[in-house]
Amino acid sequence: MLQDRINGLARQVPVWAVWLLGLVPAVWTFYLGLTGGLGAEPIKALERELGEVALQLVILGLCITPLRRYLGVNLIRFRRAVGLLAFTYVSLHLLVWLVLDVQIWAQIWADILKRPYVTVGFTAFLMMIPLALTSNDLSLRRLGPRWRVLHRLTYAVAILAAVHFIWLSKGFQIEPLVYLAVILALLGLRWRPMRQSRRV
Amino acid sequence: MAHRWKNTLSLKDVTPESAFLNRRQLIAGAAAGVGLSLGGPRARAETQADTLTPNDWDDITTYNNYYEFGTDKGDPARNARTLTVSPWSVTIDGLVDRPGAYDFDEIMAKMTIEERLYRFRCVEAWSMVVPWNGFELADLLDLAGVQSAAKYVAFETVLRPDEMPGVRYPVLDWPYVEGLRLDEALHPLTIMATGIYGRDIPNQNGAPLRLVVPWKYGFKSIKSVVRITLTDKEPPTSWNKANAREYGFYSNVNPEVNHPRWSQASERQIGGGLFSARVPTLMFNGYGDEVAGLYAGMDLKKNF
Repeated sequence: MLQDRINGLARQVPVWAVWLLGLVPAVWTFYLGLTGGLGAEPIKALERELGEVALQLVILGLCITPLRRYLGVNLIRFRRAVGLLAFTYVSLHLLVWLVLDVQIWAQIWADILKRPYVTVGFTAFLMMIPLALTSNDLSLRRLGPRWRVLHRLTYAVAILAAVHFIWLSKGFQIEPLVYLAVILALLGLRWRPMRQSRRV
Repeated sequence: MAHRWKNTLSLKDVTPESAFLNRRQLIAGAAAGVGLSLGGPRARAETQADTLTPNDWDDITTYNNYYEFGTDKGDPARNARTLTVSPWSVTIDGLVDRPGAYDFDEIMAKMTIEERLYRFRCVEAWSMVVPWNGFELADLLDLAGVQSAAKYVAFETVLRPDEMPGVRYPVLDWPYVEGLRLDEALHPLTIMATGIYGRDIPNQNGAPLRLVVPWKYGFKSIKSVVRITLTDKEPPTSWNKANAREYGFYSNVNPEVNHPRWSQASERQIGGGLFSARVPTLMFNGYGDEVAGLYAGMDLKKNF
């Protein structure tokens, strides 16, 4: 079976390798920005790349449960690393926005409060903080069943992140809508089994 | 024409393109320039153009918004080579004495090409300085003879789905259209640009001719113009049609009127790299002395 072979391969991959691979885009993009490889306006390019990778990692994290449930592919071992990588990218995205992009503190606060797409993005970041803080074995043990409830915040984070992308895009653009559609589809896959299990 | 705008700088004042190949050399050159100007005539210090340093060719021609070729800033430079810009003609119609299709080469034969070193401020809060070549729009309109009933000028960009991959998507309601009030159109700062750095204007920058209105946000400066219509009614404009709350008809650069989704108080000058600082945005993009009179008595917060 194909999934057995995938599962066998996945067991041989150490989690630190996922971390290493996951950090490559951040380091590479920053290097490009420093050396002129991101074009005439490297700040926006870096900011956008970090944000997009963060969104992709959130989506990757949401794929892990349906992959196991529907296809028998078990990547659960990497889920924590994927989630924490997503948080890392969102933090870097925010940091680039604060330090390199907006720069002016008064304007940063005005933007967070007055610009809806910033408010939405910033809210998603705040919601990820408790998730990142509890992504360890100790918290998992201490929180017990509450851990799963808390980590359902991921669903809201994913939707807010996609809305953030749609809202900041000018005109009618396809790409951010595709992200939202993928996220809604992945959440839809969870919805049915959850209701079924309640009925059983 | 009431008065012609006098450009105090010409191409010989523009830092040569080759100097930009080495940024250190550029900085050294700028320092030398400051030293020289201390002993130079005082009159030049009064003009805003005096402090402008043009962006280099690569910045100007690889960082573009031309959604007909894609929404990424690099898409126009990648995709716009497919646009056929010769032969080209501009239809001038509506309230004019001599309506018709005006051939681009014939227009060029009649126009005097000048250099204009202008600030260019995008509504997305970035800016460049561009050494345009072109002629005043007023001179082009003179060819057709503007009738006294005309109050506005409408512009239209070419629409060629075969040559423009971006128009497959309804990002905007194609073709791109823009408009000016007649007095704005006739203002001596308003030009039709046909070149940059003395070369033909590249396709991604709006070849073969595009409007440049330096005191308005960049999207007003419509590219690759194929039709100019004189009317007595305010014409529809593309971004206003897409989102009237965010993009007004006037769209004058104004640091006090924020775009709902981002502040317009400051801007980033393209070309400063990863650690470039923001600078305050100037009212009318620094052209207030020349154009503020056009809007005397108007509430610019309402007419944004």
